[in-house]
Amino acid sequence: MPVDSLQFTPQIKLEFRIEEEDFFVAGASASSVKKALQQLGLNQEVVKKVAIIIYEAVMNVAIHANHGVLRVLVDPTSVTVVTEDEGAGIPDIQLAMQEGYSTASHEAREMGFGAGMGLANIKQCSDDMNIQSNVGVGTTLSAKVLLKRSTP
Amino acid sequence: MEKYYHSVRLDPEKCKGCTNCIKRCPTEAIRVHDGKATIMEERCIDCGECIRCCPNHAKIALTDSLDKLADYQYKIALPAPSFFGQFKDREDIEAILGAFQSLGFDEVFEVALAAEIVTFNVHQYLASQAFKKPLFSSACPAVLRLMQIKFPDLLDQVAPFLTPMEVAARLAKDEATRKTGIPYEEIGAFFISPCPAKVTEWKNPMTTRHSAVSGVIGANLVYKDIVKHLLKNNAHGPSPKFHRATRRGMAWGYVTGESKSIDFGVGLAVSGIHNVMSLLEEIERGELKDVDFIELQACTGGCIGGPLNIHNVFVGRVRLRELIRKHGGQPEFYTQGQLLEMYNQGTFQATESVQPRAIMTLDEDVSQALIKMERLDQITNELPGLDCGACGSPSCRALAEDIIRGIAFETDCVIKLREKVKTLAEEILDLARIVPPAMSDAVKKDKAD
Repeated sequence: MPVDSLQFTPQIKLEFRIEEEDFFVAGASASSVKKALQQLGLNQEVVKKVAIIIYEAVMNVAIHANHGVLRVLVDPTSVTVVTEDEGAGIPDIQLAMQEGYSTASHEAREMGFGAGMGLANIKQCSDDMNIQSNVGVGTTLSAKVLLKRSTP
Repeated sequence: MEKYYHSVRLDPEKCKGCTNCIKRCPTEAIRVHDGKATIMEERCIDCGECIRCCPNHAKIALTDSLDKLADYQYKIALPAPSFFGQFKDREDIEAILGAFQSLGFDEVFEVALAAEIVTFNVHQYLASQAFKKPLFSSACPAVLRLMQIKFPDLLDQVAPFLTPMEVAARLAKDEATRKTGIPYEEIGAFFISPCPAKVTEWKNPMTTRHSAVSGVIGANLVYKDIVKHLLKNNAHGPSPKFHRATRRGMAWGYVTGESKSIDFGVGLAVSGIHNVMSLLEEIERGELKDVDFIELQACTGGCIGGPLNIHNVFVGRVRLRELIRKHGGQPEFYTQGQLLEMYNQGTFQATESVQPRAIMTLDEDVSQALIKMERLDQITNELPGLDCGACGSPSCRALAEDIIRGIAFETDCVIKLREKVKTLAEEILDLARIVPPAMSDAVKKDKAD
């Protein structure tokens, strides 16, 4: 991305901690970010996409990693969702991206999660998505949604 | 944007400036400033929470009065299903309907009858499978107004049909024109309402461009006269014949009645505006995609709990249920054929879709909004987080928002003010300890000697 050096761009950063098997933080963080984005007057479609991305990304951390953090960055052109976790990592990202592929525990599935749609959903909702993972260390996921002009 | 009308108002004479209402308001629409509550017009959804919780009865709902009947040649009363729960079950429904004529109405048309048509419409629509799950009822205007403000992305899941009030007005006026030959404009149809939001809905309809309703009169305004008439005429006189609603329509008066009548697939009924909000939050996150239909009612217990009704919600509910048990079983007025024809022709389909109202936005420009939000977070962090309401805003966060919007000051917070006074007091004390230079010199000389 070109560096727009001297221009000051306002930016908001929201942060949430994610603990292992905390299945509530996904919903809670998604709805609190959603409220903030609505207050910023962002387009409904954008808000919806970001909420889905957050929900799925945080769920992934809660189900698969030891702990992690969610960061949401908003600037005048885009919303970026980043989750960074310490955990098992993803050995084969391409395989993980496939719809229906899941390594979620029996317990997580029993609770209605782990259908193997998470990453596919995130990809579908974002304009740009990036996963970096080291097996045994952790995973960083970043997904960006561009703000279209809000329709009056 | 044209001026937004709403029904719930403040009676400044009665308001004592307590902060009960600001805490209950689901859209944070009330502030207490200068010892009186004020309602932020564009935020109010007329749910009636403040009317219910105000210990001084300072919140009122503006409705029409019976005086408005004089504007029309032929007058029709449209009593809401919940109205019949306000009477002891010894009264029969025909007598209650008949009593409306003593108030100056020429005709009475039960809204419950129209609710049967809406029931059929929604059932057929659900059976068509051409909808996004879950489908929401369009009957409660306060819920729709809440969705406009807080859940705009769920609005496309609202059932695209007119409300029973609207359907009743159209049917009753059509029938009256046919029967009497009086022109349509000369016929007034008045909803007898348990609900302030219905007043707003009639003035600013959400699912149609023009409402056929001629006025909305609070149930509380007609109740006494009707009871008087019932007591007077208890012994004699055959009551006139009316088209009668069955349990399918009558049950719309309390929560679960609507969804049970519609009776399709998996249904859910939720009442109480705060319950509705938490459920809608779940649905926004993608929950309940396996539920077909959700009935949402702003008032606890449904319309029977409406703020303009007379009796306690549970008293009303048990009475209405008893009435339905006794009188709900008669044959239906509209045949299946008629109902199907109305559905197929789209007679009572919504002609407008409910539009979002983005009134919580900090600024129209995203960059400006971001700057304001940064400031908002900063101010919120500096506030004590007690959410005590003494500043007149419902929470510390809301006060921070009000400061950003320029309608409040940081020193409105009593804790902040106290801190400032403390700092000031310390500064004064420090100043008091400083010895004036002239004197301090004298002190030095003293020591030298």
